[in-house]
Amino acid sequence: MTSAALNTNPAPAILPGSGGMRGALSDLFWRRPQLLLLLMLAPPVLWLGIVYIGSLFALLAQSFFSIDEFSGLIDRQFTLKTYGDLFQAANLDIILRTVTMAALVTIASAIVAFPIAYYAARYARGRWKALFYLGVMLPLWSSYLVKIYAWKLILAKEGILTWLLAKLHLLWLLDAWLSLPVVGGNSLSVSFTGTFIVFVYVWLPFMILPVQAALERVPGNLVEASSDLGASPGQTFRNVLFPLAMPGIVAGSIFTFSLTLGDYIIPQIIGTSRLFIGQAVYSQQGTAGNIPLAAAFTVVPIIIMGFYLWGAKRMGAFDAL
Amino acid sequence: MRSDRGQSAPLGLKIAAACGLLFLHLPILLIFVYAFTTEEKSFVWPPPGLTTQWFAVTWNRPDVWQALSLSVRVAAISTAIALVLGTLCAAAVSRTKFFGRETISLLVILPIALPGIITGIALRSAFSLADIPFSFWTIVLGHATFCVVVVYNNAVARFRRTSGSMIEASMDLGADGFQTFRHVVLPNIATALLAGGVLAFALSFDEVIVTTFTAGQQQTVPIWMLEELIRPRQRPVTNVVAMVVVLVTLLPILFAYYLTRDGDQIAGSGK
Repeated sequence: MTSAALNTNPAPAILPGSGGMRGALSDLFWRRPQLLLLLMLAPPVLWLGIVYIGSLFALLAQSFFSIDEFSGLIDRQFTLKTYGDLFQAANLDIILRTVTMAALVTIASAIVAFPIAYYAARYARGRWKALFYLGVMLPLWSSYLVKIYAWKLILAKEGILTWLLAKLHLLWLLDAWLSLPVVGGNSLSVSFTGTFIVFVYVWLPFMILPVQAALERVPGNLVEASSDLGASPGQTFRNVLFPLAMPGIVAGSIFTFSLTLGDYIIPQIIGTSRLFIGQAVYSQQGTAGNIPLAAAFTVVPIIIMGFYLWGAKRMGAFDAL
Repeated sequence: MRSDRGQSAPLGLKIAAACGLLFLHLPILLIFVYAFTTEEKSFVWPPPGLTTQWFAVTWNRPDVWQALSLSVRVAAISTAIALVLGTLCAAAVSRTKFFGRETISLLVILPIALPGIITGIALRSAFSLADIPFSFWTIVLGHATFCVVVVYNNAVARFRRTSGSMIEASMDLGADGFQTFRHVVLPNIATALLAGGVLAFALSFDEVIVTTFTAGQQQTVPIWMLEELIRPRQRPVTNVVAMVVVLVTLLPILFAYYLTRDGDQIAGSGK
């Protein structure tokens, strides 16, 4: 190579700017990354800040108003009277009933979810793994109302469950269960048992996914080591698997608990006439027109979830999400 | 979890897992049978006869078509808004560390972490305080807000896997910021955005709790179904619509899964 060849066409070390508005903008963003960051963040933060956080504050503000019992008009004066109304026996009942249901649903979904999550995490491979994954994802994303509707078909008095139990000569069992106080009723579709089953069904995938994610991180040889050291399968579960799955269970329980607390459609379609928090909110703002009380009612799940999330964070549940 | 090959699961675990999966799937399959039943008044099982006449009846119901059209329009526009906002937010959060970054992630996730009824009634009380009448746009406002998180989750996962050195290389080779975005960043995140968009569409199409508070008298498909569940008019038509809704939501999910299946984060793993 001659020195003459080297001298022809020397490429400039620094390219000229591409010029024009576009070039100037591009250069500006390069020099001031904070400006670009600001421009990128502004639309989503403004949207969520104004539409969502703004609305939440509007709601909170309403909970400090009160309703005039005679005229039915809303009195826009600061008062704590509406919060006082929450502590009436009937309203406390609603809160207690909802929290109990949420707790039971959470426990039941953890029990049903664990074997699926454990099998998918430890034994399923290749095509089976994908199948398990879709097997959880499809019900998760199927229409919420259709799922409830399907259970209305199943639990109805003339439905498939009664038919199946009749075929198995087990109808007496169903009748015995329905004659029980609290959990029983005319048919399963108008009992707390029905509400409970549908809640577990609808929120189950939300529990499976985080538990599976937590179990995926447990090395298989840990389980083998445990049995090598003489633990029975039960002991291995109690002392090794369960503690390691716990963050996943807590993460899943955030969903099952929170979703049960706020739901008003499931107990309305499959359940008794006794209200849950969501239904109380809905009827207070709708037919009763008492938006302040409805707003105060929504503060209850927010506070409960606040404590729940705080506890969950301390247990390290957010790493499993 | 890593384990040695060829090990098979204990029988009890297999049975429990299989029962769990059946519990998840059988109720949905039942919908397909009921769509063909000849029974009009009750939910009787087994169906006394099978017929396809209800598909024709449903096809000729204008209220079903109106609800479907509204649902599709709302979902399309909400998805478009969510795609823009979610991508911007994901790009900002994953590219740089700045003060308040965690707060922004929380802000995006909050509309879906709090129960839907809170989002719904909050929007409604804001509308009533600001004297905004219910319209197409009040529904979109609510839907776009909770769809952002789906796009955001998918985009953030993809940005994490996309190496920053590719962007630097593009800049070193003389591309300006816009060219880099067009030719390097966009092709890398395209499938994640498509998956996120599909899921956002499905989420919006299916949403009922927030919508009941923001729709006023308008009917989306889920509101129509809810109305039929509370005050049934023609049960067989509800059966057919339920089956169609299952099919319509099934396909986008399979598609989103297919688009992101090689990734570390598969689309839709958190609703």
